[in-house]
Amino acid sequence: MSVLAHQRFSAATGTRLSAIAGVGALALVALLAALPFFASRGLIQDLFLVFSLLALAQYWNLLAGYAGLVSVGQQAFVGLGAYALFASTMLAGLDPVLSILIAGAVAAIVAWPVALVVFRLKNAYFAVGTWVVAEVFRLVVAQIKSLGGGTGTALPKSVTNDSALISLIAHVTGSRTPAARDMAAYWLALVVVVLTMALVYALLRSKRGLALSAIRDNEGAAGSVGVNLARTKLYVYVVCAFGAGLTGALIYLQKARISPDAAFSVTDWTAFVLFIVIIGGIATIEGPIVGVLIFWLLQDQLAAFGAWYLMILGALAVCVMLFFPEGVWGALAHRYDIHLFPFRRRLVVSGGKGAT
Amino acid sequence: MLPISVDEGLTLTTLIDILVQGILLGGLYALFAAGLSLIFGVMRLVNLAHGDLIVLAAYLILVATNALGVGVVGGLAAAIPAMFAVGYLLQRLLFNRVLGKDILPPLLTSFGLSIFLQNGMLTGFSADSRRLPAGGVETLSVPIVGGLAIGVLPLLTFLAAVCVIVSMNQIFYRTALGRGFRAVSDDPVTAQLMGIDNRQMFAIAMGIAMVVCAIAAFFLGLRANFDPTIGPARLIFAFEAVIIGGLGSLWGTLAGGVILGVAQTAGAAVDPEWQLLVGHLAFLFVLVLKPRGLFPRSAD
Repeated sequence: MSVLAHQRFSAATGTRLSAIAGVGALALVALLAALPFFASRGLIQDLFLVFSLLALAQYWNLLAGYAGLVSVGQQAFVGLGAYALFASTMLAGLDPVLSILIAGAVAAIVAWPVALVVFRLKNAYFAVGTWVVAEVFRLVVAQIKSLGGGTGTALPKSVTNDSALISLIAHVTGSRTPAARDMAAYWLALVVVVLTMALVYALLRSKRGLALSAIRDNEGAAGSVGVNLARTKLYVYVVCAFGAGLTGALIYLQKARISPDAAFSVTDWTAFVLFIVIIGGIATIEGPIVGVLIFWLLQDQLAAFGAWYLMILGALAVCVMLFFPEGVWGALAHRYDIHLFPFRRRLVVSGGKGAT
Repeated sequence: MLPISVDEGLTLTTLIDILVQGILLGGLYALFAAGLSLIFGVMRLVNLAHGDLIVLAAYLILVATNALGVGVVGGLAAAIPAMFAVGYLLQRLLFNRVLGKDILPPLLTSFGLSIFLQNGMLTGFSADSRRLPAGGVETLSVPIVGGLAIGVLPLLTFLAAVCVIVSMNQIFYRTALGRGFRAVSDDPVTAQLMGIDNRQMFAIAMGIAMVVCAIAAFFLGLRANFDPTIGPARLIFAFEAVIIGGLGSLWGTLAGGVILGVAQTAGAAVDPEWQLLVGHLAFLFVLVLKPRGLFPRSAD
């Protein structure tokens, strides 16, 4: 008793390493923000895709790694967001940047009733159910003639070039419109990915994040100690749909050309994203960053081989599942106990000189 | 099938035609689904590469038919043991290592396998559409009442589905092997204590599922063109049939296939672009009304 009386207990998530990592992350973001002023246009275009995929990977990781909602149908919301952007800019004549936010909101609003249906399926059946929903979206969108039907459509130049943001960038940097477009897309993607990671990190450190970790570790036990399973999962599903819709809109604003088969592609918007998370390490924030860098490297080296590249990627994902189910980062973090962005609460004991 | 438009109105003949064609199409979907249903029943695995394995079996039949020169039935006879071996080895080398309490590893492994197989087949067999040589069977039909005729091939497909389901039920409920399947399905730990080798049971079940895939691929390849990319859609049809019918019942799976087939045929009769959409909507409709399917048997 007397031993305990001198000790104080508290719960902490941060460590000295995480403080250093936080400062490092801020410095990296500042560097990346300044990059368009001195990097090549090719690198900027590459990084746009890296950031977009990383944002999608973070949302999928939140969904599958934490809420236990293994979806193979996130392309439903990527495609929906992309089409919402096309509708909002081409049909309603709104500004593209504003339309990106609208696209995210549309995806979130649609996700809510969708969740009521697909949540009736459990585990692996949930996965295929989400895929069916994505197929339904693809087939319905292909019927909308004003958005190009089954063959798709392209954004007119007035939409892609005359946005207030692009004019501003062209004016300030003195670059030509196509280069200013790439810069605008790059900065928007950087904002999206940084906010995404900040959101995911804040969510995981919050009370709701604790509930999510509890659900991941043992759903039944989490429910029995008062975690509202249905509401927490619905919340995460809608947030992830918002993120996927927003990112999808951004990707297709940059591509400027859309078709139902591309926008709702399971390979591009789910398989790649899933492999990034698995190879990097599921259920960590650092994992998808490592995964997307490995993915970028592989794509750079192997994309010319077409089908071979995808075969290797599929085989790599299977091998990681067999031999390092925690992924590259997960295995490293486990072995050396490194957590750059920790959200687990650790017990801190202070005082208590008499402790044995 | 007769395309209809709203002005012509729905005659009784068109309705019967849609129903009959849809039911027969359902036989093919039940064949896609039976293997998926068996694997889930025995080891709670949803194999996302199931559709791609059906396509792989179709290519095996094609290659065997061309190489052996014994006709397409001979090709099927050669592909059946090959597919059993594929299933057995996949389970032994891959799925047995990732099956466990966590559902994520087996699901993601099968997804990786699906991408691997699709692109492997794309490399090996090119993106060209292929078809099994049916030797004229695909055009034969049997006339029934009112000027309607039933195609011989769809009829054979449906009969094959019924035969496969009867045989699988016989294996499951009448043999020592089936008793083993039911034991590992009910309680793997106790089954192991009783001297059953779970891993061996799982591997044999996967082998049998792949044999059913070969039979499904045979009828798929005789009736329509196939190419390396059509696997995922077959997986989705199989999955919808299983869920509509209810988990754990093979006759339910046949009923699920029939409902999906009729819905798709009815959709296609209105507008060919609506075939898949109406099928998916029928599935979602059943899911909303009866989340456990129409004829559920298993508790999960």
